[in-house]
Amino acid sequence: MMQHLPILPILLPMIGAIITMLPWLVNKIQLTRWVSILTLLCNIAIITLLAWQPDTIIYQVGNWDAPFGISLVADNLASYMLLVTGLLAIPAMLYSFSGIDRQGSFFHPLFLFQIMGINGAFLTGDLFNLFVFFEVLLIASYALLIHAGGKAKTQAAIHYVVLNLVGSSCFLIGLGLIYASSGTLNMADLAIKVSVIKGDQAILLQAGALMLFLVFALKAAALPLHFWLPNTYAAASAPVAALFAIMTKVGLYAIWRVFVGIFGDQAGELANFIAPWVWPVAVLTMLVAIIGTLAAYSLRRLAGQLIIGSVAALLFAIALNNPQATAAGLYYLAHSTFAGAALFLIADMVSQQRGKADDRFVPSRPVHNARILGGVFFVVAIALIGMPPLAGFIGKFAIMQAATTTSQMLWLYPLMLIASLATLIAFSRAGSVIFWKHSNAKADEDAQVAWPQLTAVALLITLNLFMVIWAGTIFEPLSQMANQMHQVGMGG
Amino acid sequence: MNIAWIIVLPLLGVIAPLLANPTRRNQVAWITAVLPFAALLITLYHAPAILAGEVVQQTWYWIPQIGLTLSFRMDGLALLFTLLILGIGLLIILYARYYLSSKDPMGRFYSYLILFMAAMLGIVNSGNLLQMWAFWELTSISSFLLIGFWSSTGKARKGARMALTITGAGGLALLAGILLIGKVVGSLELEAVLNSGRLLVEHQWYPVILALVLIGAFTKSAQFPFHFWLPHAMSAPTPVSAYLHSATMVKAGIFLLARMFPVLSGHDAWFVTVSLVGLATLLLGAYTALFKHDLKGLLAYSTISHLGLITLLLGMGTELAAVAALFHIVNHAVFKASLFMGVGIIDHETGTRDMRQINGLFKYMPHTAVLCIVAALSMAGVPLLNGFLSKEMFFAETLEQSAIGALSWLIPLLATIAGALSVAYSLRFIHDVFFNGEPKGLKKTPHEPPRYMRIPVEVLVALCILVGIFPALLVGDLLKSAGVAVLGGTLPYIPLYIWHGFNLPLLMSALALAGGIGIYARRKVLFQFQSHFKEVDANERFDAWLYQVITFIRRIEALIDKRSLQYYLAWLSVALLILLAAPLLNLSLVGDNVVITPLTAEVWAGTALIAIAALATVVNNRRRLFAALLISIVGLGVSLAFARFSAPDLALTQISVEVITTILLLLALFFLPQTTPKESKPGRLLRDIGLAGIFGGIMATLTYAMLTRPIETISDYFLANSKTGGGGTNVVNVILVDFRGFDTFGEITVLGIAALGIYKLTAGMRLFLPATNEDGLPWSRDKYPLILKQVSQSILPLALLISAYIFLRGHNLPGGGFIAGLITAIAIVQQYIGHGNDWIQKRFYANYVGFIAAGLSIALLTGLGSWLWQKPFLTSWFDYFTWPVFGKFELASAMLFDLGVYLTVVGAAMLILAKLGQLTVVEPYSEKED
Repeated sequence: MMQHLPILPILLPMIGAIITMLPWLVNKIQLTRWVSILTLLCNIAIITLLAWQPDTIIYQVGNWDAPFGISLVADNLASYMLLVTGLLAIPAMLYSFSGIDRQGSFFHPLFLFQIMGINGAFLTGDLFNLFVFFEVLLIASYALLIHAGGKAKTQAAIHYVVLNLVGSSCFLIGLGLIYASSGTLNMADLAIKVSVIKGDQAILLQAGALMLFLVFALKAAALPLHFWLPNTYAAASAPVAALFAIMTKVGLYAIWRVFVGIFGDQAGELANFIAPWVWPVAVLTMLVAIIGTLAAYSLRRLAGQLIIGSVAALLFAIALNNPQATAAGLYYLAHSTFAGAALFLIADMVSQQRGKADDRFVPSRPVHNARILGGVFFVVAIALIGMPPLAGFIGKFAIMQAATTTSQMLWLYPLMLIASLATLIAFSRAGSVIFWKHSNAKADEDAQVAWPQLTAVALLITLNLFMVIWAGTIFEPLSQMANQMHQVGMGG
Repeated sequence: MNIAWIIVLPLLGVIAPLLANPTRRNQVAWITAVLPFAALLITLYHAPAILAGEVVQQTWYWIPQIGLTLSFRMDGLALLFTLLILGIGLLIILYARYYLSSKDPMGRFYSYLILFMAAMLGIVNSGNLLQMWAFWELTSISSFLLIGFWSSTGKARKGARMALTITGAGGLALLAGILLIGKVVGSLELEAVLNSGRLLVEHQWYPVILALVLIGAFTKSAQFPFHFWLPHAMSAPTPVSAYLHSATMVKAGIFLLARMFPVLSGHDAWFVTVSLVGLATLLLGAYTALFKHDLKGLLAYSTISHLGLITLLLGMGTELAAVAALFHIVNHAVFKASLFMGVGIIDHETGTRDMRQINGLFKYMPHTAVLCIVAALSMAGVPLLNGFLSKEMFFAETLEQSAIGALSWLIPLLATIAGALSVAYSLRFIHDVFFNGEPKGLKKTPHEPPRYMRIPVEVLVALCILVGIFPALLVGDLLKSAGVAVLGGTLPYIPLYIWHGFNLPLLMSALALAGGIGIYARRKVLFQFQSHFKEVDANERFDAWLYQVITFIRRIEALIDKRSLQYYLAWLSVALLILLAAPLLNLSLVGDNVVITPLTAEVWAGTALIAIAALATVVNNRRRLFAALLISIVGLGVSLAFARFSAPDLALTQISVEVITTILLLLALFFLPQTTPKESKPGRLLRDIGLAGIFGGIMATLTYAMLTRPIETISDYFLANSKTGGGGTNVVNVILVDFRGFDTFGEITVLGIAALGIYKLTAGMRLFLPATNEDGLPWSRDKYPLILKQVSQSILPLALLISAYIFLRGHNLPGGGFIAGLITAIAIVQQYIGHGNDWIQKRFYANYVGFIAAGLSIALLTGLGSWLWQKPFLTSWFDYFTWPVFGKFELASAMLFDLGVYLTVVGAAMLILAKLGQLTVVEPYSEKED
């Protein structure tokens, strides 16, 4: 069994998905929930086991040798991403038990398929297979996005689907170019071939890789491909939006894998050719995130803009292109995922208790569970602003500290800090309107936070605290991972 | 006892008040006080060693990778602040017990207060700059909660927000400063930084570092021009003001200046900036304080002014000035805390803080009056009180400095003026409130407060007097050890006497006293003068300003994000064009060494057909049905191209997909209007044509360049191993189900999910069947023509047979599960078309979701099967058998996998088509009218 460990994070959620889509489970919601949550718990157990393995495990599906068969590469980086996803999935799923999972069909199988797709994208060592898992996670996300229905969701879904279909086409064309110029799609193989490719072949390869960059940037919501995100995430139902918090990171992960791992320092003519692009993209993305943060008029939109901000911070980490920045980025990635997800969940709980005002920043009737919701809101806000004592400040500081040249600092520091200030302003306005400023209406006594909702948020906050207390312990393997990535490249 | 407890105990204490029974107010207060009191005892336990010059330090590793340790360090400076924070904090706890009304949530209040206290203790006792910053920000956060405690008033909300925004912004600047300090020194440990000597001052980044640190300190300490937030923080409950604006919050900035004094001072930039900002703040605060009718407003501006004084002292750069600054920190904390508490009592007993209403209180509350008067005299700098001593030192130092060159003589002059103003507002406080006739329009008759509410004030006022008389005895050692911490090893002689003889500073004091009395006597003139200026409410102004900024930014945001799909897609194309421009410019179109296949007539014709059909689709895009037909020509053309270029598998797949999607498209179009409205304006049309043209051009170029170059890929391996390793001669199929079966595995999952998604989308949908077509003609009555019925029914077995045939031969000849699945689906759909949904449902019950689940399960189990032989997932197995009659044939695990593919494809296609088809069942046309 141990030898099959790398493929289990893909197969296990799929098994769960198949079980929960079985016709005889259709009206047995409790049973379905048990299957889902057990699947996710097993998923975590397996991932922990996988992360425990000190060495990279390469799994050749179908027993065909690389580069002919498909490799799954379970290295530390992949395990880490799997862990973050697995930890996020549990509270997101738990939250849906408040009844959201019954607002449309097939919530559970789709959710688990989504996990399958994300896990696959992290594990695969083959570019075409990456495309396949992108499709799995995308198609599941299309379906999840419209969960619980409604005009806003449908409209957002159309934008999201069309943009991503164009993205998928670009992905395929890019893969075609890469295959035609290098003759392989296995990442490790490509990393070797790329160092000797010259001339026109190198240009074609570069064109193909750039198309991939476009697709990853679209997924990551980097400028100018970020437009879909705020609407999509604001429209999605809470557990879906929370799960989507990891989706942008899939794009960033792919950038890391391909452009640090394959086209990194040792890529010959094409070494670090993406570098001149990442820095300006990061700067612009951060600027747009700052504007969006200040302009946001509802909690969900604010959460969406903050996700874009976190993407910008991670792009900076990629652009800095040194081990320290990579380690810092990986830490920040987990933090921003958990905290961003928590904000989506809180926004949902708040909007349930505010009648027509929803989650918009306008005075309304008092929030009924103001104490508890205000408390968690406050904590999550501090985390997202990047204020101590929560993980945001460690992550942001670490990224900033990784800047080495004066010009890097001149761009990075002001933008990061202004982003923090904008977030602080946005949150202090939001919080004081929602929790402090009331109209004369009475609080809605019937609106009551359900225990799965609170547990979910509490879990996410606990994760954040855990990341603070054991930050040193977490940074240790992350630094090792980053050193490996930058010394030998990735992909095996 | 470890000094870490000094911070940790209060931190734990944050929970304590929440655990107490909220109705028993004494209990809450006691429980709150226990842990800070314990912290105070620990501090006192360490005090002797620190006073003797030791530095107590305790460090744990936390995040060594970023230089963050958990480090506590107490030296003289920290000790001085710790005593202030804990001592005054405990008095505040007692005071607040009586100040808060029974309606206020006391537990929460105490909880915030203790959080703030712990944060302050953290700042002063941190041995690591980053850790100090963390506590620094924690004070901003907790003070936000405290200032906004009475959140139902707009003033409190806005005041809290403004304080948080300003101090938060300053905090971020400080963070950047700390980062740079860390880069220069190579460590964030305070010890290392303090021992770095002149490294920072001489570094090229010094101006930047200094500016950033000073912004942090000045915002926190409400120095000009950031002073405006402080008066509005007065909307906090008075115990909070008494705490935050005497001993703590605002002193944090001063503390930072003192802490960084050894490594950042010693440069003209420091002296000039710090002393001028301090001077400006000193004067501005003192002047404004005079005109405040609100008691807390007066104290707020007085606080600003005194903070300016301390800043000015720190900016002077002389050693004695630094010591004087430390002394004044203590003195100001003591008298200002007692004054705030006194004002709180007055507010509590009269219901107002307006000095135009409160007069002659001496009669009603003599005890409180005496306390307030003594404290106010200390604030004015009257001899025998502590305020006098530090002010004398201040005056003396103004005479010694030369920071602004030839203009330095201005400083003692301005200092004296500020002193006079300070006397004047102190006098106003005393005279207006306690004398000056009778109270006007009070809602209740004032009387003395509860006994215990006065105790904290009494303690502090006693300190004012005692320190005023016995300075050396009471604070001498403390100042010395704090001075050592700020100045380094050498310490000047500190003249802590009441009487220095007749000298210039004494004259300045006398002038200030006389001037102050004079100003107060002629205050009517000044008030008249001041009334010409419109009073601005910084709170409202800041809020309005911020609102303007946000409105402006919203406008920009609306400009950037047009919320339109076309716009987003245009950006996507532009991004791609920009990305690809550089490589394409360097690429030569045609490669060498490749023989290009000559063009034949049929290839020409086919290509032209595809191109024309594609173009026609675009031109006719608004006539939907027609466009759908045109685009199917493209699809068919592509299938032909596949066939022509020896890819029969692809051709088969393409053609069956084409049929299925066309049916799907027609079904969907049935519910939609026949034409698309004209939406694009000519300009946009032009833009889009341009973008699409360039996009197409680039794709064509890339494809052409790619095809005209020699290709060396791993494909040869597949050709060589297909039969021997995969057991099939159809390489395409072997790739699909074996070499890269995992991809197929993923893709059938995608198909299954897509079906679920479409089912989900249409689940609750109700669509109305139009009774007529666009031209108003009714549909044919004969929905299911007999011939169609007959033909489709008779086709069914044939089609199924063909699909079985295609399926079985797939491994060796063109075919396979995917194509077979599509053929089956088409055959079944044909029955739906021929007979209608109802007819089918009566005869053939199929749960297509079950099909998908079964298909995926079979594929999955086939893959898992190889685990029994200790082989990786999806490892294939095949062998040849001989059966009588049939002869030799092959069995392969890949066929089982292909069965999974087949079932999933059938299930997915049918789920989508049947679901869309069923929508027509809801067809009561008349309902549309309702």
